[in-house]
Order: sequence, then structure tokens, then C-alpha cells
Amino acid sequence: MIEGIFVEGLIYAIMALGVFFTFRILDFPDLTVDGSFPMGAVIMATSLHAGVNPLSGLVMAFCGGVSAGFVTAAIHNKLKVPHLLAGILTMTMLYSVNIRILSNRANLPLLRVDTILTRVHSACEGILSPEIASLIFFILVVLGLKLALDLFFLTDLGLVFGALGNNEQMVRVQGVNPATLKLIGVGLSNGLVALSGAFAAQYQGFADVNLGQGIVVSGLASVMLGEFLIKSNRIWALTLRVVLGAILFKAIMYLGRYYGYYINMTPNDLKLITGVLIIISLAASNYKRLRAKGDA
Amino acid sequence: MIALECITKTFNPGTPGEKTVIRNLSLTADPGDVITIIGSNGAGKTTLFNLISGAVFPSAGEIRMKDRKVTFEPEYRRAMHIGRIFQDPLAGTASNMTIEDNMMITAKKGFRWPKISLNRAMRQKFADLVKTLDMGLETRMKANVSSLSGGQRQALTLLMTVLSGPDILLLDEHTAALDPSNAAMVMEQTQRVIQERSLTTLMVTHNMNHAIAFGNRLIMMDAGEIIVDVKGVEKQDLTREALIQMFADTRKKAFESDEVLLST
Repeated sequence: MIEGIFVEGLIYAIMALGVFFTFRILDFPDLTVDGSFPMGAVIMATSLHAGVNPLSGLVMAFCGGVSAGFVTAAIHNKLKVPHLLAGILTMTMLYSVNIRILSNRANLPLLRVDTILTRVHSACEGILSPEIASLIFFILVVLGLKLALDLFFLTDLGLVFGALGNNEQMVRVQGVNPATLKLIGVGLSNGLVALSGAFAAQYQGFADVNLGQGIVVSGLASVMLGEFLIKSNRIWALTLRVVLGAILFKAIMYLGRYYGYYINMTPNDLKLITGVLIIISLAASNYKRLRAKGDA
Repeated sequence: MIALECITKTFNPGTPGEKTVIRNLSLTADPGDVITIIGSNGAGKTTLFNLISGAVFPSAGEIRMKDRKVTFEPEYRRAMHIGRIFQDPLAGTASNMTIEDNMMITAKKGFRWPKISLNRAMRQKFADLVKTLDMGLETRMKANVSSLSGGQRQALTLLMTVLSGPDILLLDEHTAALDPSNAAMVMEQTQRVIQERSLTTLMVTHNMNHAIAFGNRLIMMDAGEIIVDVKGVEKQDLTREALIQMFADTRKKAFESDEVLLST
């Protein structure tokens, strides 16, 4: 069971890294995530059913997410629509698009299909149990993505992304078009989110167009939980705490799901708990900031 | 280097809130010119800088830069040739990033690819540059810029702006938000880098003494127009009293901006 929490946490950590990129680095609260997460899942499921190799399926899911992010950024850049509205527009449109991708179905099971996980399991047959094999596989995947992201933020382009969320005027004075940066940033972020959705579909054994409902909020909760764990300004620590936050979040949700009935809680209350978790995080960080200024 | 021809800027045209802030203004800055600009609040100094940098576009007239028409070119594209420093010391740097990251961002102009340039040699180069500020910041290269004082941030901004290699420097009251000793220090650094790189500079200031002591040309603005323009030998012999008299003569009214009179 404990492996299950870690695996789910790691899968959602990929999505949380995407949310961290937009909310924290770009300062672009992007709600496309609620649509691009199931988009990754449905692209993956459809391509697996069509007999596409799982690796190519993951690449296609990533590209799908990137294009969803491009749409949001383009709506925001070209029509000067506020970022929240641009995200909501894309997310809403994606609901229909996702049903189209599943050929007018709302969900698609992935039983008896060759997924990336069945491949990992068969490769480790006799050496490792399927649970442990999945855990090791996802640790490697998340570690790889985290390191790639760390490296990206050390590059010249990555540093400008850091400045964009901090001080957009500085970026413009430096001769870089903020619109181009937002396009790349929101695109990459949604690519990660869709990748996370693709893994989630394979792990759960089905893809559903409603998979993404409220996912951006759980991503944000993961990011905020992580911020309580580590204090640092180094990028490797920032991404590490997102991953840890996502695992912690899944653990809390697990506790709510399995032990919540002692206090009459049902799984339907988990969204409420997620929201309350974010509000508590916000209140706590506000209090800390005020105390640092000496006002509380 | 820069030429503004018959520039007019009207905000909210055709509405009751219509306001003309720049009226038929023409100004040419030659390479190497250091022009100081003074004027009371609302004279149009900041709008003039916004027009030059492309943050706002003129209602009429033409702007040329290095003999190229740039009237409606977006700000980020024109910024390839312009270094601009604002009054707010927070405006020129990214607070949540380290000194060296900030310097890497401003080490070049324009779009960049995901390539790692911040290596040991680059770090050493940045530390050596920061050492010229003589503030002990070279030992704090990995500290966030938010931990610096306003004066340190503005001095760093100046260094970073020059690092990116602009042809034109726009200084928008960049010492006004600092205490007198920091302001004097930043001013000294400014003078040094402008001389070292012979940058074409436009500097807005509220400090009349700075305006008189600094540069080879002085412009006084009022109500969106240039009302005094002195250069060369005439500028060298300029005094505060003469300047105030000039204002009174052109405008047929007493020079009344206390802020300009009182600041020394």
C-alpha cells in the first residue's frame, strides 16, 4: 500500500512540477491544467489502443499538452485576455476535444493493453515485484524530469524565465519579448501536466475525460505543502520540494480516504479538504510574512 | 543617435479626460551627448522617456534611432539598443534571484537559447565587475538581490545595464529614491561608466545642481515642451540663478516648483 502512495505521489509530482513552473516561476496562474491532464490521459489511451508503442504515446501526450499550453498563451498574448480567463477557455474547450480524441466516449479502459508499466513489469519479472518495479521506474522518471528542469533553469533562457515572474519590465528592457517566453513556458508546463496524465492513465488502467477535475488545485496544494518542507532559493531545492509536497499531499489524501470514516468523512469530502489545505497554507505563509515584518 | 521629430502625445484622445503631455517636441541627441533634463512634475519628462523606449507610442511625429525609423517598434525590440534605469531601485533587478543570476540575465540583449553560460570564468568576470563598485558585494554573489539596500541595488542595476552594452542610456531620476550619500555614490558611478564607455545619455533629474554639473547639454521642459536648451560653453558657465531667469523669461511667469528650487 505504501508503495501505492509513493507511486501516485510521484506521478502527480510531474503535474505539480508543471503547476510550479506557471504559478511560481512565471507568475502565470494557468488553469489549462484541468484540461491538459486528461488530455494526456486520453491521447495515451487512444494511441495504446491503436497499437502505438508506449514511448511514442508518451511523446504524443507531451506534445498534446504543449499545444494546449500554446493555445492558452496565444489567447492571453494576442487578445490581451487575463491569464485566468485564457486558461478557463482552453480548459473548457479541451473537454470537448478530449471526448473527440476518445472517439466520442467519456472513458476508455486500458486492461489487456501493452502499457509502459506492463513492459516494466515484464522486464523485471522474477527479480522485483510489480509494485516495487513501478516504484523504481517512477522514481527514475521523476528524478530525470526534475534534473532536466533544474538544468533548464540554469541556462540563459531558464534564467530569463526566473526574471519574468519577478520583474517583467526587466525582461523587456533586456530585449526579450515576454509574450514569447509565456508561450514557451505555458507550453512546457502543460507538456509536463499531460505527461503526468498519460502516466496516471496507465497506472490506473483507464483514461477518463473527468480525470482532471480540480487537478490544478491539488497541484497547487502540493506546491504549497512543499514550501513548508524546505526553505531555499536554489532551483534544485525548489523542484525537490515540489516532488516531496506532491507525495505528502497524496499521503494526506490517502489518510482521508482510508481513515476518514472514523469522523464520518467520505471520499467526496476530499476536494473540500484540498481547498482547506490550500487556505491553511496561505494563512500560514501570510502570518509568517507579517511576523517577519513585525506586524503580528 | 536618437532623433525625435515633431512628437505629440495625447492620452485618452476624444474623451473628457483628454490630456496632451508632449506638444510638438523635437530633439536630436548626437553620439556621445550627455543631456540632462529638468522640469517640474507633469512637464512630460517620463513620457518623453516612455516614447523613446517604446513603452508608449506617439500620437504624431517620428522617432529615429541610429538612422532607423522606430516610431512604432515595440519596447522589447528597441531595448536592444537602450539601457533604461528607473527611479524605483526594485525595477531593474529580479529580487528573488542571486546577484550572479541577475548579471547573467543582463549580460546580453535579446532572445537566448537554453545554453549554460554561467560557468566559472563568467562568475569570476562578474565578481571582478562588482568589485569595481567597492561595496563588498563580490563576496555575496550567491545572495538574493532582495537582501541588498536600495543604494546597492541601484548601483548594481547601473553596472548590469552597462554590462548589456547599450548604445543609449536613459536615466529616469535614478538617484531620487536614495538617501543623499547613496545618491552621491550612484551618481559618481554613473559618471564613471558614461565616461569609460562614452555612452549617449539622457538623464532626468530633480536635482538642479546635478543637472548643471553633469553632461554637455541641459534641457528644461514645461507643459510638454522644451523651453530651455543650453549646450557647450554656455552650459559650462550656467548657474542656478541664470537658469531660473531663463525660465521666467520664456514662460513669463515665476519659476515656482519648490521641489526643483530646494533640492541641492
